[in-house]
Formats: sequence, C-alpha cells, structure tokens
Amino acid sequence: MDDQSGAPLLRVRDLDISFGSPAVRGASWQLQRGRVTALVGESGSGKSVSAMAVLGLLPGTATVTGSIVFSPDDRPGADSDRTELVGASADTFRAVRGAIFSLVSQEPMGAWNPVLTLGDQVAEAVQAHRGRGHRSPPLDRSDLRSRVHHLFTEAGLRDPARIAGSFPHQLSGGQLQRALIAMALAQDPVAIIADEPTTALDVTVQAEILDVLRRLQAERGTAVLLITHDMGVVADLADDVVVMQQGRVVEHAPVGELFSRPRHPYTVQLLASVPRLEAHHATAAGVSGTAHLSGQTASPADHPPTTDREITEPDLPTVRLEQVGVVHPGRKGAAPVVAADGVDLTISPGEVLGLVGESGSGKSTLAQVIGGLLAPTSGRVLVDGVDLQHATRAQRNGRRRTTGIVFQDPASTLNPRWSVGRSVAEPLRLHTDIDDRARRERVAGLLERVRLDPALAQRFPHELSGGQRQRVAIARAVALRPRLLIADEPTSALDVSVQASVLALLEELQADLGFACLFVSHNLAVVEQVADTVAVMKSGSIVEHGPAARVLQDPRHEYTRALVAAAPVPDPHLQRERREARWAVKA
Amino acid sequence: MKLARFLLGRIASLVFVLLVVSLLTYAVFVLLPADPAQLACGKPCTPERLQTAREFMQLDHPWFQQWFDFVRGIFTGRTFGTGGAQFTCPAPCLGYSFRLNAPVTELILGRFPVTASIALGAAVLWLLAGVASGVVAALRHGTVIDRGLMVAAITGVSAPSYLVGLLGILLFGFTLDMVPVSGYVPFRESPVDWVWHLVLPWVVLALLNAAIYTRITRGQMLEALSSDYVRTARAKGIGESRVVTRHALRNVAIPITTLFALDLGGLLGGAVITERVFSIAGLGALLMDAVGSTDVPLLVGVTVFTAAIIVAANLAVDVVYSLLDPRVRVGRP
Repeated sequence: MDDQSGAPLLRVRDLDISFGSPAVRGASWQLQRGRVTALVGESGSGKSVSAMAVLGLLPGTATVTGSIVFSPDDRPGADSDRTELVGASADTFRAVRGAIFSLVSQEPMGAWNPVLTLGDQVAEAVQAHRGRGHRSPPLDRSDLRSRVHHLFTEAGLRDPARIAGSFPHQLSGGQLQRALIAMALAQDPVAIIADEPTTALDVTVQAEILDVLRRLQAERGTAVLLITHDMGVVADLADDVVVMQQGRVVEHAPVGELFSRPRHPYTVQLLASVPRLEAHHATAAGVSGTAHLSGQTASPADHPPTTDREITEPDLPTVRLEQVGVVHPGRKGAAPVVAADGVDLTISPGEVLGLVGESGSGKSTLAQVIGGLLAPTSGRVLVDGVDLQHATRAQRNGRRRTTGIVFQDPASTLNPRWSVGRSVAEPLRLHTDIDDRARRERVAGLLERVRLDPALAQRFPHELSGGQRQRVAIARAVALRPRLLIADEPTSALDVSVQASVLALLEELQADLGFACLFVSHNLAVVEQVADTVAVMKSGSIVEHGPAARVLQDPRHEYTRALVAAAPVPDPHLQRERREARWAVKA
Repeated sequence: MKLARFLLGRIASLVFVLLVVSLLTYAVFVLLPADPAQLACGKPCTPERLQTAREFMQLDHPWFQQWFDFVRGIFTGRTFGTGGAQFTCPAPCLGYSFRLNAPVTELILGRFPVTASIALGAAVLWLLAGVASGVVAALRHGTVIDRGLMVAAITGVSAPSYLVGLLGILLFGFTLDMVPVSGYVPFRESPVDWVWHLVLPWVVLALLNAAIYTRITRGQMLEALSSDYVRTARAKGIGESRVVTRHALRNVAIPITTLFALDLGGLLGGAVITERVFSIAGLGALLMDAVGSTDVPLLVGVTVFTAAIIVAANLAVDVVYSLLDPRVRVGRP
C-alpha cells in the first residue's frame, strides 16, 4: 500500500479509540490523494468512529490515542505542513472541518436542521471560513446565492432555487442527500468523508448518489473516505479497501485485489455472506450488459403487469387478494395517499412470494393487509378461503393462529420488559390450553429450533444481539406452526453475516413446516435467495409477477429492469460493466 | 389567505370555548346554596324585600335566561332596576357587583394592570434566567456547574412561593430595608417606584418557573446537541457559539415558547398566592375577595375573563408555533 509516492493525504497509525471499552484498537490505514478509500465492516467494527476521529466529532467521553496525520502537500520537504489530528485543539479541528475534510452523513433527514432552509444551511458552509480572522472575505448576498445554486447544480439537483428555499421536510431523501453533498463541496475540500451515504436510500437513488460521488472524484480530484457495510457499494466506488473487525484492521488492499484474492478469513467470510443476484452473473457470462439492456428498450415501456401463466394455482390458495385498494386519507387539505391500487395476488400453500419495491411503494401496507392488521379500503382479502372483511370472530381468531409475522426491527417488536421465554410463549398462552410445563418445554424446543440456547429464555431482549433477537421473533412467529408467515424486511436491520444465517434459518423452517410465506424486502438478492415467486410493486400496484428466477434474470417491466440494474454487485469488474451499461441506456 | 382562514377558525373556537365556560360557571353558581339576593337584602330581611332584590338583580329569571342576558350584556351593555334606582353597566358588561356597587368590567380593568405588571416582569425574569442556566448546564454537561444548577433548580421547584416570599420580605424588606414590603405603585405615577415595589414579587414568582425552565431547556439542549444536524453544523467548520445559538437553541426555542405562552397566560389570570403575600391588589386578590363574600356576578365575570386570557394564550401559541416551526407552518404545503 505504500507504493504511492510522497505522503498520503491522511495517514492513520496505531489508532486507539475507547469509550470505556475499546472501539478501535491499533488501526492503521491511509487515504491517498484523489482516491476513494472504503472503511468496511459490520456494526461495532469501529469504522464510523474512526472517521469521526478525523473530524474531531467524537463525544467527549471518547479517549483517542495514536496518530492521524494530515499532509496537505505531497512534495518532498513539505513535512512542516503536516498536522497531527489526535489531540489537536478545537481551533485546528475547526480549520480542518469543511475546508479540508467535509462530511456527508447517513440519515439525510436528520442531518439537516429542520427549521432552516437548505439554502441558508449551505450558505453557512460557504461562509464558514470567510470573513473576520480568515484569508478570504465573506461573499455578498448575490454572490452567495449564485454560489449556493451552483453547488446544488453540481450535486445534480435540477431546480436549485426551489431546493434552496425549501425546508428539509419538503424534500425527498434522495434530494436531501444530494444537497448534503452540495454542502460538503461548499469549501472545495480535499476529501469528503461519506458515512454510509446511501444506506437510508432506495437502490435506484443509491446508484445516482454513487454516480455523483464518482463524478466529483473524477472532475475535482476530491478524495473520498467511504464508510459502508455494503460490499456492492464498495465494489462500485472504492479504489482501496480497509476491512475492519471489532476495532481492528484485518485487511487493507486495492479493491480488485481484495475481491479477487481476499487474504484474511474474515474478509472471505464477509464476501461469502453477501447475497448475490444470479441475474448479474448471467449478464457477465455471455450477453454483454449493454446488449442485454438495450435489447429491452424495444418492448413497450409501460405495459400492464406481466403475470406468468406457468405459476400453478391449486384450488385453494393460502392468500388471495382481489382488487385490493388501500387509501390513507390525507391530512386536512392534503391529497389522500394511495398505498395499494387494484392489487390481485395469490400465494399458494408452501409458496414463498418475494414482494419487492422501493420505500413508499406500498409493500408493507400489503403485508399488513394480508396479516389482518389493516383493513383494505376496497377489494377482497381471502386467507385460507376466509374473507377477512366478513369473517366471524372465531374465524378471525383462527386465522391469527395460523398466521405468523416477523417484522423488521426485533428491538422494537419484542416487549423490552418481558423475558424472551415469555414473548415466545405468548402465542401458546393465547391460543392453546397446554399447561405451564408443557409450554416451557415447547418454548425450549422452539429456541433450539432457531439455533438459540434454551437458557436464553430467562434473558431480556436488551441482553441479546440483533441477530439473536430476530431469531426470537421468528421462534414466536412459528410457535403455532403457522400456515402463513409474513416477514416484513426481516433482515434489513441486521449485519450481512447475521443476515445470511437468519435467511438460512428461514429457508430451513419453511422446508420443515411447509408454510406459505410473504417475504417483503427491498433487497433483490435476498429475495432471489429465498423466494419461489416474485412480485414487484411500484406506487401501490404490482407491475410484474412471476417465478423468481425469471423475474430477476429476465425482467420484462421497465421498472423491474431499473431495479435490477441499480442494485450494485459485490464485484468491481462486473459492477463497472453494469454501470457503463446503465449509463449507455440513460444516454 | 390560509393564515386568515386559520385565524378565523381559531377565533371561532375561542368564542365557543368561552360560551361553554360561562355556561358552566352559571350552572355551577345556580346550584350553589348561596343566594346573592339574600346577602344583599340585609337585616331584617322581609320576604318582600328579598323579592324586590331578586327582581332587581334579575335572579327571578330561569338560570339559562340569566346566562343569555349575561352573554348579550357583553355586546350591548345592561341596565339594572328602573327609575331613580338605576344602575347601568356599559358594554362590554361582564355583570354588575351589587356588593361593590360597580360593573365587573370596571373592577377587572382596575386590577388587570397590576396583575399584568407582576406577570410580565416575572415572565421576562424566569425566561431569561431559566433558558440561560439551562443552556449553560447543557454545555457544561456533567460538570460541577451542571450539577450545581440542577440542585438549585430542584430547590427552586420544591420551595413553596409563600415561604420564599415571606423570607424575602423578612430579609430584604425588614432586615436589610432595601425594598418596600407591600403595595403597588402604577407605572404612570412613578416607574422607579413601580419597579421597586414589584422587584421582590417578580423574583419570588420567577424562581419557581425559572427552575422548571432550566430543567426543560437543559434536557432539550442535550438532545439537540447530540443530534445529527448539530454534528452536520460542526462538520462545516462554523464556530461553536453559532452551532449552539443558530442550530441547537433555534430548535429548543420551539417547545420553550409553547410552554412560555401557556404559563404566562395562566399567570395573567391572577397570581393568587404572590398577591396575597405581598398585599398587592391584583386580579387574584379580587377573585379571592369575590369567593370570600359570595359575590356571584364578580366570580362569574373574573372566571370568564381569566378563561378568555388562557384561550387567547393558546391562540398565541398556535400562531407563534407556526412562525417558529416550518413543519407546521400555516399556508405552506
């Protein structure tokens, strides 16, 4: 890694960060001028904490030792300009922030002050190192405005005047993230620190944001320190990769080398856990990406949902939706929100249906309707032949017994004041007559079934890891041997290695118990791994529905194609091909 | 346009609330055993005199008609009695106190500047002191300063205002002889004496609220300072004082302002204990007087007036809130 001539922009050596317990242990890595270095790792690996140490933005409880040296100049003899950032003064950090290293953070909604316009906030960044005590004078009003508008344009926002006058709540996540990038560019920094810049965004928006960052790096030579857990994002953008595990750097290599010849066992494991979309490999083998995508443009752009006839429909499907519509009445004066519109869908016994779509597409709404948690505004919902709207009390009760639900965030779906055992036992207590002892035995059996130590029954949710908690939620959902399992983004809150094991568990349980499953996810690769059939949802409608392999490898609807094309693959070469193919289609 | 419609809607609901309040007040006082005519009739009270008094006070009407006359009187004024024994109560008439022989509106307006002086002065004090010490405590989180301020705040919340008031009078009024111990001088007569007479009540009244505001400001500030948007602001490289005022405090101001308008509105209805301790004749004292002497028209009038101020404070909160917080701004998408 030291083959670059001259001093790296940022050299981190033996960095230790501790909040009472150590968060980063003896980490050493570098950020080269004009290159993208990715800090990769799972939650708690110390990657974000390391990046915040560079900006001096750690909370006061942190102790930092070691060395972070910033070299503004790589000419020999320019050593005197070097700045040590560990233990630097508040003034030093203030001089560095924004002007040399700027920050693009994870949650675009929370990163903006809700009561100031975006224009004001970006203007503040422009002026941060101007005026009294600084070399350059402050810009006057009109210069400032045109500078702000220019920055928004550069970050790919088309209507800079409107964006500048808007408050954060009036814009979408993608717009806010672009605007954050604009703000990060305000002082022409040497490097941008991007902390999970696309994690909160939909896959198509993510692709656009990554394009913006790549363009800036190419045009301005801005280095990027990219913090991410997503190997697809790494493959798409990074030049160098630093893999962190439990506060330690386990591997530091150029991106091509890391993906083709990972050396550390943890890197190997990490890469192996990433679910991959077969479609991408199909693209690589044989049909070139460009031909594959441009061939599609011949078909009509917005044809009606393509439903494959080859889905076999037995007499009584587990779930049947007929023209289901859900309309949330808008707040006074606002237009009503159509969350589902004329949805027809069936799930056969034992079928795993993957429901994919971006945020706001209505997929979670549909899951709630099928789970009986939300009444549709129109249409019919039949679960096991029972019409949920006109079901008797007993029928509804029976249906609840045969439907299990697993939600996204196990931390908030398990009662924090109940022991794990009590949570898992609750469905048994409500729907069966078995006595205490039998119930305890069943709970122990269920915990074993989801690969947890039965002794955990005495513990409380906060004592468990995220993966363990989701296993508990799954145990609770299958406690009554359901005929239908609804899983709403069950692995989205989990680290990738944990996700892999939870998915394997779900597959195994499904094979054993034979329940039908509605699997909601925004991650196409995850869906491909678990689902027999896939339905793609956009703006409340199903636009494509068919066997998983067909839908994801040969998508017919334009929107499905866009989704498949936008999902980054954990392979730098393949990802470049796909990216170029995507651009070719756009151009 | 939308703002005008919003305001009209709010004012309409304000009027409705006041009607309900006055109706309930009337209903309650009719159910009370006290008969104002009995009290006014004096001794010896013959049935004839009692009847005359009743008719004079218009107590012979059914109670809902009395209420209707009361509401109408606010707009048109009222006249009691006939011929030589005639009392007029000009609009806006909130009733007529036969005991004090004066229109209730006049009585209230005579006392309101006193109460307003106490309330506004105290409000300015507690807002400044509470927010300032809350911000300092948050910025010095976990230090001796923070802990000291929090101990002071808990003491302030716990100390009853009559105790603090009496101790203040004892120390500053008698022992040190720095301030007058009671009474009130109107601002127009002598601004210096006005302040001099009110400074102790202000401090006593402000103490409790300042303590509450310190705690709330501190909590809100700590939350704001650990928020993502404050981190973003710091990452721009702007100075810490600007981060604190423009980003953190600007957001903290929203809940504080809401609370402040409501507290001030409540206080404008009369600071009963403080007025009693410092022997100041404000609205609170008037109300206590009315209760003590079963002066029903005065009670009803003061109650409705107080309710009006509190409802108006709520309206002010809505307007100010929408000015401070763009997320609830009226007339915007």
